[in-house]
Amino acid sequence: MGILPMDHRQDADATEKHGQDARGTTLAAILPGNTLKTRVPQVRVERRVAPAPPRYRNEVSKYIIRRSHDCSHCGKCAQLCPYGVHVRKPGYKYFCEPKSYRCIGSACEKTNHYCVAACPQAALQIVENPMMQILGDRRWSADMILATWMMAETGRVPPPEYGFCHQTGNSGGGFDKLRFKFPEKPSNGVSKDQIDTSVELNRRGDGRPQIRIDVPWYGGGMSFGSVSNVTQLSKARSAVAWNTFTCTGEGGYMERMRPYDDHVITQVATGLFGVREETIQRVPIVEFKYAQGAKPGLGGHLLGDKNTPAVARMREAVLGISLFSPFPFHSVYSIEDHMKHLDWIKHINRRALLSTKVSTPTDVDMVAVGSYAAGTHIIHIDGGYGGTGASPDIAKKNIAMPIEYAIGKVHGFLTTEGVRDKVTLMASGGVRTAHDVAKAIALGADGVVIGTAELVALGCVRCSRCESGRGCPRGIATTDPELSGKMDLEWGTQRMINLYHAWHEELVDILWRFGMRRVSELRGRTDLLMHLDYTKDVVPQT
Amino acid sequence: MPEKYHIETKPVLPRRPRVGKFGVVDWREDCARCHNCVKKACVYDRYRQEAEYLRTLEAVDALFFECMGCFSCVQNCTKGLLRLVVNPVYEALGNSYWTPDIIHTTWTQAETAKIPVSGAGYRGPFSGPGFDGMWTDMSEIVRPTRDGIHGREYISTAVDIGRKPAYLTFDRSMGILPMSLTGVSRVEGQEGPATHRQDADATSCLSIQMPLILDLPSPHHTLPKLGPALREAAVRTDIIALASPSAWPFDGEDTERVLPHTAFCLNPEQPVVPPESLAKTRLLETYDGPDVIDRLQRLKDKYPEMVVSVRVPLDAHGVQRAIDLAVRAEVEVLHVVADPNGNQIGVQKPLFLKDMIRRIHTTLIEKGVRDEITLIAGGGIALPEHMAKAIICGADVVSIDLPLMIALECHLCDQCAPGMPCPARLDDVPRDYAVGRMVNLIAAWHDQLIEVMGAMGMREARRLRGDVGRAMFFEDLEEDTFGKLFGKRK
Repeated sequence: MGILPMDHRQDADATEKHGQDARGTTLAAILPGNTLKTRVPQVRVERRVAPAPPRYRNEVSKYIIRRSHDCSHCGKCAQLCPYGVHVRKPGYKYFCEPKSYRCIGSACEKTNHYCVAACPQAALQIVENPMMQILGDRRWSADMILATWMMAETGRVPPPEYGFCHQTGNSGGGFDKLRFKFPEKPSNGVSKDQIDTSVELNRRGDGRPQIRIDVPWYGGGMSFGSVSNVTQLSKARSAVAWNTFTCTGEGGYMERMRPYDDHVITQVATGLFGVREETIQRVPIVEFKYAQGAKPGLGGHLLGDKNTPAVARMREAVLGISLFSPFPFHSVYSIEDHMKHLDWIKHINRRALLSTKVSTPTDVDMVAVGSYAAGTHIIHIDGGYGGTGASPDIAKKNIAMPIEYAIGKVHGFLTTEGVRDKVTLMASGGVRTAHDVAKAIALGADGVVIGTAELVALGCVRCSRCESGRGCPRGIATTDPELSGKMDLEWGTQRMINLYHAWHEELVDILWRFGMRRVSELRGRTDLLMHLDYTKDVVPQT
Repeated sequence: MPEKYHIETKPVLPRRPRVGKFGVVDWREDCARCHNCVKKACVYDRYRQEAEYLRTLEAVDALFFECMGCFSCVQNCTKGLLRLVVNPVYEALGNSYWTPDIIHTTWTQAETAKIPVSGAGYRGPFSGPGFDGMWTDMSEIVRPTRDGIHGREYISTAVDIGRKPAYLTFDRSMGILPMSLTGVSRVEGQEGPATHRQDADATSCLSIQMPLILDLPSPHHTLPKLGPALREAAVRTDIIALASPSAWPFDGEDTERVLPHTAFCLNPEQPVVPPESLAKTRLLETYDGPDVIDRLQRLKDKYPEMVVSVRVPLDAHGVQRAIDLAVRAEVEVLHVVADPNGNQIGVQKPLFLKDMIRRIHTTLIEKGVRDEITLIAGGGIALPEHMAKAIICGADVVSIDLPLMIALECHLCDQCAPGMPCPARLDDVPRDYAVGRMVNLIAAWHDQLIEVMGAMGMREARRLRGDVGRAMFFEDLEEDTFGKLFGKRK
């Protein structure tokens, strides 16, 4: 089924026709002549939910359905099951392998469509899948992965009968211990259709474009070479469909991204790989990356094996040698130095908003206020528990604070300094679900940046082997032609559009239950949260 | 420019079959004989030589356990006859503190000497007890690095053990006078110069290239072939290994090379090492006891240039005992040791090593004697981040023993009794293998220490000691963030 775009969403075709950018500004007035000349027509992607079934024959499922040889092929199970578990193709006598991942398991026993009980031959059996112990981890539980896959397939939040505990993981802290205090009854008077989830990215009032994204999230940076073409383009296309952004990461601006220029953030990181005037002039947002949550304070390191001819060309480097992005910017010692860098970009691209991506040291609040003073439009804080790329294990848990602490700290300090409404605060590093999005906003962020969830939507099982050998065995984070050929662009795009839709649906539901009309009303509403480890609002269990 | 500290490493393959995290169960009887087997497509080639693997039992294990857990074969099999399961042998490794993941990563580092790297972000709990309840800090923009911008190659991990002069004194011609330790007496309640060792000079302090010493193996692991390997690993990494006097003489070892990297752990009940050999070492350790001060004095009288450490078990009285000893002028190095899991020894509700270190460290600061004592902390140091965190909490140096055994493929099965089969065959380790694996592990830890120090903006391990401003603690962050919002923590 299709979903109509929101009012303020721009039609990219119309953009080209009228020579205006997505925010109504005449491009000719703000883009340098050479950039305007080289601009390519922008692609339009429809925001439409459509089924995107799993690309593997046997989707990992919570339950296993066994059909014994006693089956008489009467078809009663297929008739009864409303979830499409039992499939017999027209004209065939025998059933296909059961689509176990659609089965709701023991929750079905009390219904009148329980196939095991209804089978006249008692040929069916449902058992729990022992692989659930293997799938996922403390942060991304098996339920969370399965639910994300289902959202990417259907575009909908999994119905409650599936029993997925997908809103929280099992990490035992942070988002996983925070809960919303929903009113018993949703407030009246607000229709879900009226709820606005858009976020304004330019709050400085400095004459630069007012860019508004339709959902309070955009895609994080994944560099050229770190993920496959299909992954990169799927991210870009879903960003177009949902009028939000994707990020090139460090390492250059791929030619194939140019039809999506209006929805691309390009990154200027410490190695300055692939940074050129024309790439900066193409995009509406330029991001300065000081650090990243997956490896705060360590910089980047592209292994020599991954420095392929294409990567070397893009990075203007020697083929096959390891490429280091140092930490920190060796030309930035102070906020004044930071300001010089921002000014440099502002002069090169007069329409660009600037984002500053930092990690979460203990003085992250000072960094944020300093960045605002230097002229940034977006402060992007990246906590230590996220990250999609390879990083030393020692960095993952042990350096910089989790994002749950940092959001409140930064939000509070920006508020105290009286600049909170002049800057957009984006948070990332462990945002896995729509509930995490809402919790981050309630803690004080304006929106979030996501990465891993997008990859899970494409079939990532979080085996952590992104960096080894040929790269991701699932064909997501690899440039190996054989492996990356396992996924096609249409499918990848649809999976992400679907995931975004399900998240949007879930976020709208949260806002609706609180009687809010805009996502901005949720920002900083810590009074709507409770923490299971604290006494306030938590009723002790007897 | 002085020569850089560098540890030579080379890969040392395991002797025993690897124990992987996952295993693929293959229900062959359901096979559809589709001739399009997904096993051929395994990215890691785990199945390619299947027929050959199956010739030996150990090779079957290898096939079974070298799975990387990507689910690709499970999900692509025509009949869905493959299942991924947890390897029960993997799950049985170690214990609740020395988890299978810790043992596995130690094995990998001992084999490759490389920093463990993986993708897909952090997978573990939000925080945890012990060292998991703290994060190291890093620097950014407004404070690019504490010591200025520098590359990793300029980070020094060297530390000193022993007493350093509080300051230098000069004669009229600006020549440095023999260094003295005049100052506030460290005997509580007495003012004036320290009465003992006023003439001690800089030679009573030794430097090692990283804040790590190799502790005596636990009684389980006191096997004849391990001692020489430990000492050789200490030589190659320019650190120090503790040794029992009962191991003397070191047959077949080049004592001139080995002794400067050996510290005998003196116990009155054990045989005495000849003085001429003892004099070639730089560090001695003696057990605590009622007469420890007398023993220390005797040792210092006999070997005035020797650094002597007192080993204090962190039992119910360990923290206080360490503090009491530290204020004595005769004591220059304390080696405090918790149980193997980092807990207080023999206590029902034990403190953890990091908290005990902090307590000792801060008390010594309050008493004004912190800089006159070297604090070595051991027990429960399982990962390189524990080394960095223990130093941040106030230790100068850490000591390890179990990680070195794990490097030799020990499963920590706790069945080290005569007649019981050792899965790692520790009683028969080849010397080159043992030294290579230990050196690799130490090198990987050194590299990781540099990584976190680089992130923290620290250029010297000496300066990291007790710098809790370079760390964040769970309790503090919770209180600052959630305590204000949600009341009292349960």
